[in-house]
Amino acid sequence: MNKFYHILKTLFLFGWSLFVVFPFLWALTTSFKDANAITSGATYIPWVDYEPSTQGWTSLFTTGSQGINIVGPFIDSAAVTLIASLVSLALGTLAAYGLSRFEYRLGFVKNSDITFFFISQRIMPPIVLAIPFFLMLKELGALDTIFGLVLVYVALLLPIAVWVMTDFFAGIPKELDEMAMTDGCSPIGAFFRVILPNSVPGLVVAGMFCLIFGWNDFFFAFTLTFTETQLLPVSIVSLNSSVTPWWSLSAFALISVAPLACVAVIVERYMSRGTMSGAIR
Amino acid sequence: MGAYGAPTSHRGVNTMLSSKHFFLLPALLTLVAIILFPLLFTIRVSFSSWDVFQSGLDYIGGKNYGRVFADERFWQSLGRLSLLSLISVSLQYTLGFALALAVWKQVRGGRFLRVLFLIPMMTTPVVMSVIWRTVFHESLGPANDILGMFGIGAVPWLSSATGAFISVLIVEIWQWTPFMFLLLLAGLVSLPREPYLAAAIDGAGTWRTFWQVTFPLMAPITIGALIIRLIEASKIMDTVYVLTSGGPGTATETSSYYIYIRGLRDFQIGYSAALSLVYLVIMIVSLTVIAKLLLRLLVGKVG
Repeated sequence: MNKFYHILKTLFLFGWSLFVVFPFLWALTTSFKDANAITSGATYIPWVDYEPSTQGWTSLFTTGSQGINIVGPFIDSAAVTLIASLVSLALGTLAAYGLSRFEYRLGFVKNSDITFFFISQRIMPPIVLAIPFFLMLKELGALDTIFGLVLVYVALLLPIAVWVMTDFFAGIPKELDEMAMTDGCSPIGAFFRVILPNSVPGLVVAGMFCLIFGWNDFFFAFTLTFTETQLLPVSIVSLNSSVTPWWSLSAFALISVAPLACVAVIVERYMSRGTMSGAIR
Repeated sequence: MGAYGAPTSHRGVNTMLSSKHFFLLPALLTLVAIILFPLLFTIRVSFSSWDVFQSGLDYIGGKNYGRVFADERFWQSLGRLSLLSLISVSLQYTLGFALALAVWKQVRGGRFLRVLFLIPMMTTPVVMSVIWRTVFHESLGPANDILGMFGIGAVPWLSSATGAFISVLIVEIWQWTPFMFLLLLAGLVSLPREPYLAAAIDGAGTWRTFWQVTFPLMAPITIGALIIRLIEASKIMDTVYVLTSGGPGTATETSSYYIYIRGLRDFQIGYSAALSLVYLVIMIVSLTVIAKLLLRLLVGKVG
């Protein structure tokens, strides 16, 4: 019976691994094809099935009518994601610390209600906010700018930062801040000198979630930018709707998912250490 | 979530008060400014006839809402969305749990597998959908090619209603099972050991240990994970937009996508505001009900 379980498990893990890597491998092999190789049907192995060509990759770095420039969108995507993540992380960490250490009261509104207000923003479908965001940014003259997108992404990411950090601070004993304060620190000083240096694992987890949701957003970038600012997801979709060759499309896709695929390594490390368990409850 | 003990000096009270606001206010004000005002604005717009011909905030009463309730295409999209998210989330949960259990205890190459299994959730949904579209291409894609190797004829993946629905389902499962896997594995890693010792002493087998120990202990995480995924799944539109554009016909049109068409393509701002608010309320109500049901079902049984 045990042997049976073992074989079943191995088969399952193997099958799932294949399913996970399949689209990546397909994109990788497609990115080295040319028109002939594509139109002759699905093939997989370079040199055996088709003669590889590097035009898919080189086209991404050439400008002009022949090329598709990936560098601009990549920089825009990185700028928007990083700035918005940092701002959300800073604001979210402060708020989460406040909510875990002080009592706030506004009429019948208590700490738990404020925390809920933050987190509940995740339920808001992007489409509900898209039109007012559009009009708001137009009013501010921030349509099609990095600044406008950062503003919107902060609203998107802040709830995530508050959520992860509230749980994280709940796990840090209050004696730690009290000790710092008896040593003469103000509450703000205690936070910056004692608590923050001890919060790196929480900050990493929260920061990663911000990066993931920021980098991967398509909808807001799609509705709020046009030509001046272009993020990766939007430019690949506009490539997709024009008659773009599969090889460029595949190479483009691989480059735009690569940075975050590396993040998976960090996530795994924190997960197996058990740091994540507090963050997700 | 308590407060500090009463500060002793008057000056202490003051610094305490001002630092208290230093922590919370920036985030709170930012969120209120960026979310609450747009939301209030949407409510106001939903009572106007704002569209391509008439831009501005007139007042037409509840006309838009009346139209929503008679709009069959909207209710169909909602039914489709419910079906899609319930099926995909339950499959993601089952598969994610099975994967987490499989790599929980020492497995050869366990670290590598864990990283590998997490990767799909890190990738951009629209970017991967562009790739999946080539995978499902009927004559040039590998999906039909591989099925052909097993003697199965060409499947009309994106051009038939059922095929398109299944394609969206497959992509959703590929993308988001890792999220379930992450939450459930993180939960498994932090489980206490004692109940397992007790079960082992009782001589409980693998199967019984799972149902009597692991599953009940995982109930809170299960509920959290299901709710988070249902919330995210209810917003689905990126994948649909790229993969099928809601088609063929309206076979894979979800609510968000339909509202997008009405609002930002047909530019019926007033009407789409009403649609999106009805959609938001339905989401909040049904997710609350589901959360309550899950709590009773999973935690009630244990207690």
